[in-house]
Amino acid sequence: MNKPLRRVAIFCGLLVLALLIRVNWVQFVQGDQLKNDPHNRRVAIERYSKPRGNIIVDGKAVTGSTITDSGDFKYKRTYKNGKMWAPVTGYASQAFDSNQLEKLNDGILSGTDDKLFFSRTVDMFTGGKQAGGNVVTTLDAKAQKAAFEGLGNKKGAVAAINPETGAILALASTPSYDPSTFAGNSNKDAEAFNALQKKNDPDDPMLNRALRQTYPPGSTFKVVTASAALENGLYNDVDADTRSPLPYTLPDTSGIELKNEGNIPCENASLRKALRYSCNTVFGKISADLGNKKMKAEAEKFGFNNSKIDTPVRAAESIFPTDNRPQNAMAGIGQASNRATPLQMAMIASAVANGGKLMKPYMVEQLEAPNLNVVQQHTPQVMSHPLAPENAQKVQSIMETVVKEGTGTMAQIPGVIVGGKTGTAQHGENNKDNPYAWFISYAKTSKGTPVAVAVVIEGSDTLRNDIAGGKLAAPIAKSVMEAVIESNK
Amino acid sequence: MSSTNTTTVGTIGAPSRRNTELAMLLFAVLIPVFAYVNVGLAKDGSVPAGVLGYALGLGLLAGVAHLVVRKWAPYADPLMLPIATLLNGLGLVFIWRLDQEPAITTKQLGGAMAPGQLMWSTLGVGLFLAVLVFLKDHRVLQRYTYISMVVALALLIAPVFFPARFGARIWITIPGIGGLQPGEFAKIIIAIFFAGYLMVKRDALALASRRFMGMYLPRGRDLGPILVIWALSLMILVFETDLGTSLLFFGLFVVMLYVATERTSWIVFGLLLSGGGAVAVATFESHVQVRVHNWLNPLELASNGGVTETAQSMYSFGSGGIMGSGLGQGYSRLIGGIAPKSDYILATVGEETGLAGLMGVLLLYGLLIERGIRTALAARDPFGKLLAIGLSGAFALQVFVVAGGVTGLIPLTGMTMPFLAQGGSSVIANWALVAILLRISDTARRPAPAPAPSTDAEMTQVVRP
Repeated sequence: MNKPLRRVAIFCGLLVLALLIRVNWVQFVQGDQLKNDPHNRRVAIERYSKPRGNIIVDGKAVTGSTITDSGDFKYKRTYKNGKMWAPVTGYASQAFDSNQLEKLNDGILSGTDDKLFFSRTVDMFTGGKQAGGNVVTTLDAKAQKAAFEGLGNKKGAVAAINPETGAILALASTPSYDPSTFAGNSNKDAEAFNALQKKNDPDDPMLNRALRQTYPPGSTFKVVTASAALENGLYNDVDADTRSPLPYTLPDTSGIELKNEGNIPCENASLRKALRYSCNTVFGKISADLGNKKMKAEAEKFGFNNSKIDTPVRAAESIFPTDNRPQNAMAGIGQASNRATPLQMAMIASAVANGGKLMKPYMVEQLEAPNLNVVQQHTPQVMSHPLAPENAQKVQSIMETVVKEGTGTMAQIPGVIVGGKTGTAQHGENNKDNPYAWFISYAKTSKGTPVAVAVVIEGSDTLRNDIAGGKLAAPIAKSVMEAVIESNK
Repeated sequence: MSSTNTTTVGTIGAPSRRNTELAMLLFAVLIPVFAYVNVGLAKDGSVPAGVLGYALGLGLLAGVAHLVVRKWAPYADPLMLPIATLLNGLGLVFIWRLDQEPAITTKQLGGAMAPGQLMWSTLGVGLFLAVLVFLKDHRVLQRYTYISMVVALALLIAPVFFPARFGARIWITIPGIGGLQPGEFAKIIIAIFFAGYLMVKRDALALASRRFMGMYLPRGRDLGPILVIWALSLMILVFETDLGTSLLFFGLFVVMLYVATERTSWIVFGLLLSGGGAVAVATFESHVQVRVHNWLNPLELASNGGVTETAQSMYSFGSGGIMGSGLGQGYSRLIGGIAPKSDYILATVGEETGLAGLMGVLLLYGLLIERGIRTALAARDPFGKLLAIGLSGAFALQVFVVAGGVTGLIPLTGMTMPFLAQGGSSVIANWALVAILLRISDTARRPAPAPAPSTDAEMTQVVRP
């Protein structure tokens, strides 16, 4: 009987061998894949097993971590003044993943990024507790507060940039949400999260309007149209007669007039006068005279039609459309299919203020290791040159006139040169919805040009005829600019 | 000075190897004790309070077992007792370690299970000792061939009359004591029956056959027994929805039949019948279909969007990687319920001790199996050979079916890992199994008794001054 016994012995050996091969396959070959599978709860447990690094504004953390006593996840994200900072930080929730800076810099914040390899290795040998690094933002706490409080109960957004570097100083969006309310994974967190979803709250508080929502820019876009006219040599002198008729008929139409708001002196107005009174006829005609191609080219130099503006949080694409002549003329005054994000409009003001040089907007200054060593430092980058320096001077000069004696007088700051442009964009079919109130501006001090800002306010309780960028949006822009000047002192 | 000492050439008996066994038992006790301390240090940063009791308890069990083996089975295989002790000790540590997870140690789930398992292990070792002390010769079991058959059948059929637990009808529920898995005991008893039956019938089965296409075809009437066992195993599968047990019994029978008759044709028949039966049952048994589906799609989400037990165990293995997370630092509790302590205990081994630890444990099982087969080879009587191969074969199949199922090599079945997993029936039955193997190996290695002194030799003895 020994021969079959030996064969059975070999067979049993093969069974054990098969098991050994299988466990090698599962634990060695597939090991990493299984370990990092998104459904593997250990990934989340590990992430929340230590305090998450913080997002820093002006040297102070606007985030935190707290120990929870429930479930697998030891630490939970907390936010200081979460509603105000949500458009910057985004959220990091145990149950609902994360977004914006929390997501994009998750490697640093949770301490797993390869950039932290050295500090992790040191921790391993010294037995130090592994921790997350910090994300230092460019934001200005005072400017953000001014923006958020200025918006108040109104629906809208503010974006402010340092024109010289592209550093984002304020990024507010209302109505907002407090990411602390759903940072955990309890039923209460789930209820809070669901209540914030657009289908349950038509105001869509989780929408980051400053970066992710596009609006028709209305008259604020006339700054781009004026720049296009100067850059393409259509006019060289901002004080010269533009030979513009009133009334003005849209090209290729059977007598459809492009109207101005009220009875304003727009016939043959100079660029300065046209911007000061916000003449639709003058800028509509410029857009038509230049043609769609040139208008589009200039808009794209300011950042339109670019789907990859990463701050690093990606901004929605602002659109200057390819369109027929009458629509192109309308797009030249910020109507028709023209759409822009508040960030885009702040970039326009900042390019003008920075002598025609557009800096790439960014909001992360540094990434820090847990021991506060800098592992990555942002260097300002030039994004494009939408205006020659001399043309930038001219556009600045007429924007300053708008604030000094035009529609933007509400934004005046004593002792500071402010240039701006108001806008009231039509909205809805036949203009039946409340229009959007816009204001874009920049401030110049003896030390340079510290801030450019764009404010938009959508559907407000204010009476319709009261909605003009100058009345609703300009005061907010003013207080943001003041806050920046104050903190630069 | 006795008279036999005058012969200059005596029979030199095989060394008893009891001291080897003792030395290895020391490791088999120390390793789990270190593991126990390790869990405590990892979980609370302190040496667990129960460590002394645990070390003494395990040491005592191992020591008593060793002394009894020394006294009643001095020539027994030296490896089996240390391996069984090590596996049992590690199993206790893993169960205790999982008891430290409040999420899977709730009152509804039966609370802490390590104390109960320690009690069952003690009972198991008690049965081990009883077998060694009272079963002087394994051939005694041969007398109970047909009684064994009846008892085995009764044990196998009994669970049908009890409610299903955890999706399989393999339990007998005794009020006050809890559940009993009769399949674990039936495994041993049916091996006794097969060994006795095949020893008698093997010539008829082997020789009375016709040659056809290079194979020996058994006669129709000799096919009877194999068909009966086949039908029985299919019935277990259908009525008890227990894939593992049915596979185990059928496989066991085919292996023993092959060894008894030395005819490859039986293996062919066995594979054809088991393959055909399994496919046939799988086509209408939803329980089996679910298992096969989970096996083919281990990471698929459950219908409610949750992560399945199968996926959780795969994540456990994967997260363990090569070196493991360290004892007490894994998350195999995510598998949920009591499964991490019973069917999925290997997931904890894999996650916390890594590929290295899991391979070590599998090799221990391999070693135990091969020592059992070695015992079969060494046995001098056909009944002993058949019984040893039957017990080792059953053990091997069980290890393969459970470990293969948990690691996703084959569809999962509801059986427990011998010695390691939580479960009273399993640990008791497997200690008895090891005891019988030790008894057979003792008989096999025992030096042949010296020939009776011849009276003629007495008379011619030289009388020394």
